[in-house]
Amino acid sequence: MNAIEIPFQGETLCALASGALFWRARDLLIVSDLHLGKSERIARRRGTMLPPYETRATLERLAADLAATQAGDVLCLGDSFDDLDAAKGLDPEDRTHLVSLIQGRAWHWVEGNHDPGPAGLPGEHHAELTLGPLTFRHIAEPGAQGELSGHYHPKLGLPGCGGTRPCFLFDTDRMILPAYGAYTGGMPATAPELRTLIGSPAFAVLTGTKPLLVPYPARAGTGRGRRRF
Amino acid sequence: MTALPPSFEHWFATRGWSIHPHQREMLARADAPSLMLIAPTGGGKTLAGFLPTLAELADGAHKGLHTLYISPLKALATDIRRNLTIPIEEMDLPIRVEDRTGDTKQTAKKRQRADPPQILLTTPESLALLISYEDAPRIFAGLQRVIVDEIHALAEGKRGDQLMLTLGRLETLSPGLRRVGLSATVDDPDALAAQLARAPDPCEIIVADPGPDPDISMLHTEAPPPWAGAGGAYAVREVLAQVKQHKTTLIFHNTRAQAEIFFHKLWLANEDDLPIGIHHGSLSRQVRANVEAAMVAGELKAIVCTGSLDLGIDWGDVDLVIQIGAPKNVKRLVQRIGRANHQYNAPSKALLVPANRFEVVECMAALEAVKARELDGNPKGPGPLDVLCQHIMITACAGPFDEDALFAEVRGVGAYAGISRAQFDDCLDFVATGGYALRAYDKWKRLLQRPDGLWQLRDPRSALRIRMNIGTIQDADMLKVRMRGRGGRPLGEVEEGFASSLTPGDTFLIGGQVVRYETLREMTVEVTRRADREPRIATYAGAKMPTSAQLAHRILDTLQRPDWPELPRHTRDWLHLQREVSQMPQRGRILVETFEHDGRHHACFHTFAGRHAQQTLGLLLTRRMETLGLHPLGFVGTDYATLVWGLDELDDPAPLFEAHELREGLEGWLTSNAVMKRTFRGVASIAGLIEKNLPQVRKTGRQATFSSDILYDTLAKYDPEHLILRVTRQEAMRGLVDFARVEEMLERTKGRVDLVRAKRPTPLAAAMLLERDRVPVAGAGRERLAEEEAARLLKESGLAAFGAATIAGV
Repeated sequence: MNAIEIPFQGETLCALASGALFWRARDLLIVSDLHLGKSERIARRRGTMLPPYETRATLERLAADLAATQAGDVLCLGDSFDDLDAAKGLDPEDRTHLVSLIQGRAWHWVEGNHDPGPAGLPGEHHAELTLGPLTFRHIAEPGAQGELSGHYHPKLGLPGCGGTRPCFLFDTDRMILPAYGAYTGGMPATAPELRTLIGSPAFAVLTGTKPLLVPYPARAGTGRGRRRF
Repeated sequence: MTALPPSFEHWFATRGWSIHPHQREMLARADAPSLMLIAPTGGGKTLAGFLPTLAELADGAHKGLHTLYISPLKALATDIRRNLTIPIEEMDLPIRVEDRTGDTKQTAKKRQRADPPQILLTTPESLALLISYEDAPRIFAGLQRVIVDEIHALAEGKRGDQLMLTLGRLETLSPGLRRVGLSATVDDPDALAAQLARAPDPCEIIVADPGPDPDISMLHTEAPPPWAGAGGAYAVREVLAQVKQHKTTLIFHNTRAQAEIFFHKLWLANEDDLPIGIHHGSLSRQVRANVEAAMVAGELKAIVCTGSLDLGIDWGDVDLVIQIGAPKNVKRLVQRIGRANHQYNAPSKALLVPANRFEVVECMAALEAVKARELDGNPKGPGPLDVLCQHIMITACAGPFDEDALFAEVRGVGAYAGISRAQFDDCLDFVATGGYALRAYDKWKRLLQRPDGLWQLRDPRSALRIRMNIGTIQDADMLKVRMRGRGGRPLGEVEEGFASSLTPGDTFLIGGQVVRYETLREMTVEVTRRADREPRIATYAGAKMPTSAQLAHRILDTLQRPDWPELPRHTRDWLHLQREVSQMPQRGRILVETFEHDGRHHACFHTFAGRHAQQTLGLLLTRRMETLGLHPLGFVGTDYATLVWGLDELDDPAPLFEAHELREGLEGWLTSNAVMKRTFRGVASIAGLIEKNLPQVRKTGRQATFSSDILYDTLAKYDPEHLILRVTRQEAMRGLVDFARVEEMLERTKGRVDLVRAKRPTPLAAAMLLERDRVPVAGAGRERLAEEEAARLLKESGLAAFGAATIAGV
């Protein structure tokens, strides 16, 4: 598996092509915005019956990353469940799979706006969590330092290289993780909400087949100009 | 038989009209359970359809709804109401006529349900919505006749299937109702009749005198048409001159974007200030209504339009039709030509304006086909199941239903006569539970079976959501455009993809005016007026029809002639040059030309299978080239050829066309390609898996939504045999994939491949280089480019990325 090593606040973090972040020094795999149980929640609230396989797809991806990195511990950076009822409504097979991943690991659930309390699964629940120089919270706070967050589902495309891909965004002070869940959309990395958070210089790591490191697009003339395939 | 009351005869006489023989015949056979009239445009079709209704209602004895009239266009319903009102008022008949479309006001719609008029004019979608109401049985209880106008246009697509399912429902609500279909000239009347009638009952067909041959030719222009493109802008002056010489001209375009651009150019060149309007489906209701009114009042010299004026509207003064761009389909061309001169038994006058060099050849082939009265047909497959799924939901909205009764009703619909119980049960299960292999939604089903065996909605409130998503028209997601400011005037719609590519200050065309993009507010594009700048071009959703197989064959045969004296000099010279430096494509052989251009290796496959099949070929060929390590980067497909470019040269094209390999490639490739995803989006939203319209949803951020592509990928991985995927596969094969045309091409060429290695682009291939709609290929080549691009950006930025590095193996 390919990864991009990012020096951040004196630590080295590995951005994986899947959208997970590996902190080797702490043996910790960090994923954000899993949105497990999303289809169940939509069926409950709207009556629309989407293919109920997104939890399975997300957990399979997570299991693959755990196998590849051999990570001992896991930190889920909020919105792990689409809501707290969705955590209870997990398909038994999916739940068994998730519990088997949790077993034998220190597993940190940082809460998000979708899952603001313990979801009734093994592991520790945190409102936010600080490990060494790094603070993990779901929604970025202005002016924070050494902060890792999720929430915005940033995505970015390269001019002339097809559509957008979920991406990591980082400057010297903060990093925003892409959404890891299967049924998650994205917000353009250049949206005003994100631009006000990200300082300069800043970079993005695009997920996909291989992670790609690119500078965070400057304000003017982003992604425009003649396209050529 | 229905006799014509004396007052009618008198009315006709005072107007100096005589009743056409086919109109008399419609009266004579008015009792037939199903009856279809085939008549050329201008043959008084609509009146023929309504005469029995007017006669039956003349005595004022019938209470409630008597006749439903269904047209494919809202504009047509409005127009017919106007036309019907004249005889009704002049003969003082006790008949109320109203229309009901998406444009009708809510209060009027409510009143219509409480107190329906004797004649209701509507569209398939509005009618489907009507039968979803609980009071549908009361509304339709006394219904006697249903008239389906322009049935040839409706029957081509899913709108027709939905309409026929709705008629099946109406038949249950009002047994014995009579069905009438009105059609333009078609290639296979029997097939059309079988769709209209209740299966397996027969349908009587009346064929009117087709009238004299049209006066049709190619427009002569001073400047030659461009090598590529589809707009016809080069001919603006000559078109204006024609407009001046005629009373009223309809200028047809194949897509909305082309109509907009042409209208803009026409307006810039319009020194005499001729009154010219524009009309297409993306314009706001108000704009369209204004143009229609001006046209009816005879205030316009010309109207630039698209398929939105293909049908119906009776404008007697139109004496010239100009078709910009090759017609792609002879049947449609004949129907469009018929728009000129709505006088029975007078020849229609039409001019064709080829948009590019190749279309000159296509236009000539089309002219010859029209003269030979050779229409092209495309046999229709069985009724699609996504439409049936929606119909089941609509039925459930109206109230509890019995599955056996509904199955019997569906089997009575021509297109669904052959449906098996298992297929029907699949659809019912999908609607009720989602139909997944993983039974996840037993708690949250959409439909529940009651103890008495009837099915009903689990949550009655879901009816609202279902009603909001009724319909089978699959436009791309459109955003409204309006002038900035409080109560800004609505102008029309643009594609969401186009809107998202705009940045403030960009200008584009809508309704013939240049506007400046300001902001996107609550899913509405806000603009200000700009008169002084060249616009960026609006790309509307425009279904591009492939050139029909029959027409493609005619073109290939034309190319084989030793010379083309009837063609303009520029096109003749171009074809001769092609013969000189390469060779002419033939019906029975595949011509492949390779050359280097712009630092890429190109291969052009001249296979004449129509746009969709050429695009499918593009996907299949690049896939095989990827396996062969040729690093293809992209392709473009037109009606005539596919051009592929990549990092390496193609030496031996013959193996690419082994039928077996292509078919196998199709199997493997189908699941993971954009055409399937696009088809899936349509099927899934018709079947109700995706809801496009949600009540009172304000999306707080775009991260809340995700694309249907993700759903497709997930479903394809975990539940590949799911109903919606099966329907998607079938539809893609018939529609956008158009594999039948690939097969047809393989059949006629039988592996005979000619390779021409050219030093530079050949005359035929050069035109392909200028085509837009280039499709990138995802593969090793593209991944390599993406990496290079990322590295370049990083280097250009002059930043060291804090020493971040790519490492292999974690």
